[in-house]
Amino acid sequence: MAIQILMPALSPTMTEGKLAKWVKDEGDAVESGDVIAEIETDKATMEFEAVDDGVLGKILVAEGTDGVAVNTPIAIVLEDGEDISAADSIAVAPGAEPAPETTPELTAKAAPVTQLSASNPDSPQPMEYKGATTALTIREALRDAMAEEMRRDETVFLMGEEVAEYQGAYKVSQGLLEEFGAERVIDTPITEHGFAGIGVGAAFGGLRPIVEFMTFNFAMQAIDHIINSAAKTLYMSGGQMGAPIVFRGTNGAASRVAAQHSQCYGAWYAQIPGLKVIAPWSGADAKGLLKAAIRDPNPVIFLENEILYGQSFDVPDDVDFVIPIGKARIERPGSDVTITAFSLMVGIALQAAEQLATEGINAEVINLRTLRPLDTGAIVDSVEKTNRIVTVEEGWPTCGIGAEIGAMLMAQAFDYLDAPVARVAGKDVPMPYAANLEALALPKAEDIVEAAKAVCYG
Amino acid sequence: MAKLSKSASKKAPKKKRSNKKKNNASPEELLHYYQQMLLIRRFEEKAGQLYGMGLIGGFCHLYIGQEAVVVGMQATAGENDSVITSYRCHAHMLACDMDPKGVMAELTGRQDGLSKGKGGSMHMFSLEKRFFGGHGIVGAQIPLGTGLAFANLYRKDGGLCHAYCGDGAINQGQIYEAFNMASLWKLPVIYVIENNKYGMGTSVERASAVTELYKRGDSFGIPGEQVDGMDVLAVKTAAEKAAAWCRTGKGPFILEMKTYRYRGHSMSDPAKYRDKEEVSKVRKESDPIDNLRDRILSTKVATEAQLKDTDKDLKMIVTAAAEFAQQSQEPDPAELYTDILLEA
Ligand SMILES: Cc1ncc(C[n+]2csc(CCOP(=O)(O)OP(=O)(O)O)c2C)c(N)n1
Ligand SMILES: [Mg+2]
Repeated sequence: MAIQILMPALSPTMTEGKLAKWVKDEGDAVESGDVIAEIETDKATMEFEAVDDGVLGKILVAEGTDGVAVNTPIAIVLEDGEDISAADSIAVAPGAEPAPETTPELTAKAAPVTQLSASNPDSPQPMEYKGATTALTIREALRDAMAEEMRRDETVFLMGEEVAEYQGAYKVSQGLLEEFGAERVIDTPITEHGFAGIGVGAAFGGLRPIVEFMTFNFAMQAIDHIINSAAKTLYMSGGQMGAPIVFRGTNGAASRVAAQHSQCYGAWYAQIPGLKVIAPWSGADAKGLLKAAIRDPNPVIFLENEILYGQSFDVPDDVDFVIPIGKARIERPGSDVTITAFSLMVGIALQAAEQLATEGINAEVINLRTLRPLDTGAIVDSVEKTNRIVTVEEGWPTCGIGAEIGAMLMAQAFDYLDAPVARVAGKDVPMPYAANLEALALPKAEDIVEAAKAVCYG
Repeated sequence: MAKLSKSASKKAPKKKRSNKKKNNASPEELLHYYQQMLLIRRFEEKAGQLYGMGLIGGFCHLYIGQEAVVVGMQATAGENDSVITSYRCHAHMLACDMDPKGVMAELTGRQDGLSKGKGGSMHMFSLEKRFFGGHGIVGAQIPLGTGLAFANLYRKDGGLCHAYCGDGAINQGQIYEAFNMASLWKLPVIYVIENNKYGMGTSVERASAVTELYKRGDSFGIPGEQVDGMDVLAVKTAAEKAAAWCRTGKGPFILEMKTYRYRGHSMSDPAKYRDKEEVSKVRKESDPIDNLRDRILSTKVATEAQLKDTDKDLKMIVTAAAEFAQQSQEPDPAELYTDILLEA
């Protein structure tokens, strides 16, 4: 029977891709294991192998076609002896029904960087950038931040697993080895505790290391050095020496990578005196805050997000564009309810705000940007205006960022609150693998809408 | 104690590929190994296919090329032995006799999966088969496997643990802490290093200062042997020797399996760090399944037609597993909150 070949999903986050090249032609024999096409995913160009033996009967999607959705039929393979008319007879091949949707809806676009003008004189916000911008993905913005700082300061170097020759497991360090060479872009073995310690030692020795963790899940191997060696040394040495070092990498859930690879460490590190903790959302955040982190004389935890890596934002071109650590940003001004979020959840909060607007609720969305030190002034100012707040985070609720904000508001804005602080957080369970359970475990725009309505209509 | 381990490492066989050893398997055994290795290959091919269709999510690490290692090791497994490995675990489960349907349904995240759909490709377990996972954190399974061996010795049940890790994982510090205690306390554990030449995109030469990984136990008095991991009989011979060592109270043993993975590190690895010739050369010259097939045919243990039938049967098993894995329902939403703590 003729077999339909479908556009494959070749990475956890891929929903569509480009059919870059057909390696086999119509009429060619194919054997299981033969490369038949090259497909560009969100991360790389991949070879696509046949799984059945037969003859490539018909190519349905021409090479060079962009944006081919996963599971679109792209070719038909005929079994030995079949002719092409067999291809015409298959209307819908088995398995052609769409795969369960596993990637969360993430269509949020960045508000333009210049959205908030200085016409809001009371705003606690830093001056907004007004210069030229370029549309870049988050992974490019992060790469540019590192490259610019490495050009500026030769003590800055990057170290981690697959950062050099492989160009980064998530392609964040693309091109850095070529520009800066193997002395400054260093592949390590899979030895997080060891290389985190070496990084801290190098920082003691006067260098400014950027230590990449392939994901922050693996930084648990190294957390002793992050906390005991990096965060506490300035204090223990009576101010003589500290560790100017950036620990960066992806944090939180990606897509279907399950319990050991899907954890938000925001609240963990935010608890530690001696650390600064950043969780950027937009391209400007990514670039401006990573540059600030590299220039900062303290250990900085920089929490990225895999799902954001491929999203595009307008990013300031200016090499001296740096965002101050410790300042939140109002992404959407509003008067009825404050929503705080960080990282990926800022986009979800903005979606929720749009939906609330259609129902007559004007939400103010605050992008926290930094988790330690937390911009409590910005949150209090907003609550003084809206009198209601919903905190959003992907991590667990217990002792989370929302819990901290709630406690802080009890002390600093108790008289302004017209409703109890509401928290939207990841469910209090290890991350499940199953698609439906994973979707239930993660905060959604609807959860935020519901919480906002509850605090508004209580 | 120091004395003992010294003489131990003296007696222990040193670097010598044991594929020249005489064939130590009966015709039935040969056919069994063939069938098991081919089941793994067909299963993994199908898993790759389901991944491409979006039916398997997240990461998915295939074992294609390495089949002889786990099949040869399991050929010697005893009653109270246990197995623990990394995320590249589907094959180990099949070799531990776990139902392909349950494994595949876990890969698709359905309720009939071995972890009810909650663990996924990298995290699967079977207490019944004494398979203790599938671990997503590189190297973590080595101390855990050492602990399983501690339990064997504590209960004096005669069992041992097969603790597997990769050539990349072998540089993790916690492994050496475990090695020291395993040797100090004479724990019955076989450390199986699956040296497939790469940890993700990094070759052994770029990750390890000393690339003879079987020597990694030297400082702890743990004997090690390098084995042709593409030859199931060589693996079996080595496993027998290591098991005899462990079961007679001499402590741990290291087997470095020289093997190769044909596919990328995971489904999303474009594998640009090696050229295609390298892969096709291994496939052509050292394929573990082709090797055994040649041996079976040349010694007339089975005919070509019989082997073809075996393949057909296995394809049917795998297709049935894939169908089962697609038909099984997603877990009940209430499962989100189960299995977090036990009632005290
Ligand atoms: C502590 C930790 N660091 C990094 C990773 C990411 N990672 C997963 S597999 C892998 C490569 C492991 O290679 P190897 O041990 O040779 O095993 P193989 O994949 O070849 O079977 C890496 C770096 C991880 N899962 N855990
Ligand atoms: Mg390896």
